Amino acid sequence: MSTLIKIAWRNVWRNKIRSGVVIISIVLGIWAGLFVMAMTLGLNEQRMNGAISTYLSHVQVHDAQYSKEQNINYYIQNKEKILNKIESDNNIKAYAKRTIVTAMAANSNGSYGVQIVGINPAEEKKLTSISDKLIEGTYLNKFKRNPIIIGNALADKLNLNLRSKIVITLQDINSNIVSTSFRVEGIFRTSSSMFDEATLFVKMDDLEQITGLSGQIHEIAILANSIDNTEKIKSDLNKDILGSKAETWSDIAPELGYANEMMSRFIYIFMGIIFLALAFSIINTMLMAVLERRKELGMLMSVGMNKSRIFSMITLETLFISALATPIGMLLSFWTISYFGEVGIDLSIVAKGLESLGIGTRIYTFLPRQLYINITFLSLLVTFVSALFPARRALKLNPVEAIKAL
Amino acid sequence: MNVIETRNLKRYYQQGDFTVKALNDVSLNFQDGEFTAIIGPSGSGKTTFLNAIGGLDTPNSGEIIINKTDISSLNQNQLIDFRLQNIGFVFQSYNLIPVLTAKENVEFIMLMQEREKSERDKRSSQLLSQVGLENEVERRPSQLSGGQQQRVAVARALASKPQFILADEPTANLDSRSTNNLLDIMLKLNQEEDITFIFSTHDQRVVDRARRVITLEDGKVLSDIIK
Repeated sequence: MSTLIKIAWRNVWRNKIRSGVVIISIVLGIWAGLFVMAMTLGLNEQRMNGAISTYLSHVQVHDAQYSKEQNINYYIQNKEKILNKIESDNNIKAYAKRTIVTAMAANSNGSYGVQIVGINPAEEKKLTSISDKLIEGTYLNKFKRNPIIIGNALADKLNLNLRSKIVITLQDINSNIVSTSFRVEGIFRTSSSMFDEATLFVKMDDLEQITGLSGQIHEIAILANSIDNTEKIKSDLNKDILGSKAETWSDIAPELGYANEMMSRFIYIFMGIIFLALAFSIINTMLMAVLERRKELGMLMSVGMNKSRIFSMITLETLFISALATPIGMLLSFWTISYFGEVGIDLSIVAKGLESLGIGTRIYTFLPRQLYINITFLSLLVTFVSALFPARRALKLNPVEAIKAL
Repeated sequence: MNVIETRNLKRYYQQGDFTVKALNDVSLNFQDGEFTAIIGPSGSGKTTFLNAIGGLDTPNSGEIIINKTDISSLNQNQLIDFRLQNIGFVFQSYNLIPVLTAKENVEFIMLMQEREKSERDKRSSQLLSQVGLENEVERRPSQLSGGQQQRVAVARALASKPQFILADEPTANLDSRSTNNLLDIMLKLNQEEDITFIFSTHDQRVVDRARRVITLEDGKVLSDIIK
């Protein structure tokens, strides 16, 4: 076997340019596949984390009816009991109470349908990153009377600036239409332009005064210690909160979960296409190598080299090429993915499209370690399978035909 | 004692509407220690005969018995092993493994026979010395002249301790000096190791040194002269 290994290894370097081209194509194939994977996963991770950190959180509790119809009167009935449970759950990092109503925001430039979220700023700050996303102004702590925080998309549409007045019209708890003016204290910008256009934050007390609610809330948003604990928190809460319902981020925004699932399948399809192209390149190269060495193979068969040795020799040559190329491809991928995972890739050229999908303009590549291992094995497997055809072709050579020209 | 016995060998090829009778009822025997040249014009059946007795080609009919084994009864895998253990080949274009050194080329056959390393080392050095290449053992084929490569090929053919060596036009690509040198070496090995050499050749220098000359024409034995 050691001589077969020696011959196979030296055969790899008989045509340095050809072997080099195959090695480079495998390296680039692996790198391109892994980098696109890392970009896709990073993009998805960012979209998911963006949604969770901006507003969604890991788990939300609502009145069971509220989940079906967002009516002001469907507030959480057993608030104290639920809050006690949350306080005692070690898996929960932070939570915030919210009052939510749909409303019309208007000024002299126009009017838009929006969602007003009444929050306790100190509580919300521990949970979501809106306070960090302020591009102008302050976080509901400057103006005493009816401050409001709006997204920059709405500010652009209604031509609003800091201190501008905006009139909010909504239906109160008794179904009366009421209007109150708010003053813009802050303007935020998240990775989702849709969110920035339709979500406004006010102090919970101010919203209570307009709506007639007094201490009632529509939502409790919960941040878990780890995203892995969300299902456990949800099931623990749902055990005895009759009339209310805890849901995870993927229940509330299933499109995020679907996107996750879709991306994880898509990346394997993409990798499959790359490996298919690589397989054909390897088959083509090795087939050329076999046909060029027909006489030599004919001689080897003539002098008594059996089929399994010839098969092993061709397969080993292919595996050597892959064994050289795969680690280089992996290292190159690991380095670039780690680098762009730190500094990110600036995609501001397509900012509008990305923001409409809820994704920031800087993509941070990310790839779990397990995928590196999977792709390494997949690469070796593809190479081995690609070696079978040329090796089989070599076995089919007739020694008499092959050495005819000898 | 007969090393090779062939009886009524027939090998026909179909070429369009024509049947080419490459071997037409050939019966020849070869004994231990022969140094035989098979001559004849192109297409007379020389190479077909060597391929048949070398187990590389299967005749349409007839028997080939090598050391009491009827090789027509062997399957492909058995034939490969039979060739490895019993037959040495020398080709016109030397056909050494280009990525191995002269010594490794000689050792390679013994390695396939699964011989011990010490035996491989000893025999390959001895054979290369016998063919006058003791100073070229670490050179690769591309670093050797045609004559030197053919001498390595002879050493390789002998390495497996075969019953006989088949050489198809071994001197066709060599100059006079290399040819005479190679023939001297082969004659010496033939005498020292008592190995049968069978050549197919057009080369008069080989014919002159052979002790038996068989002439084939149109697939038939025209003459069989023992000098």
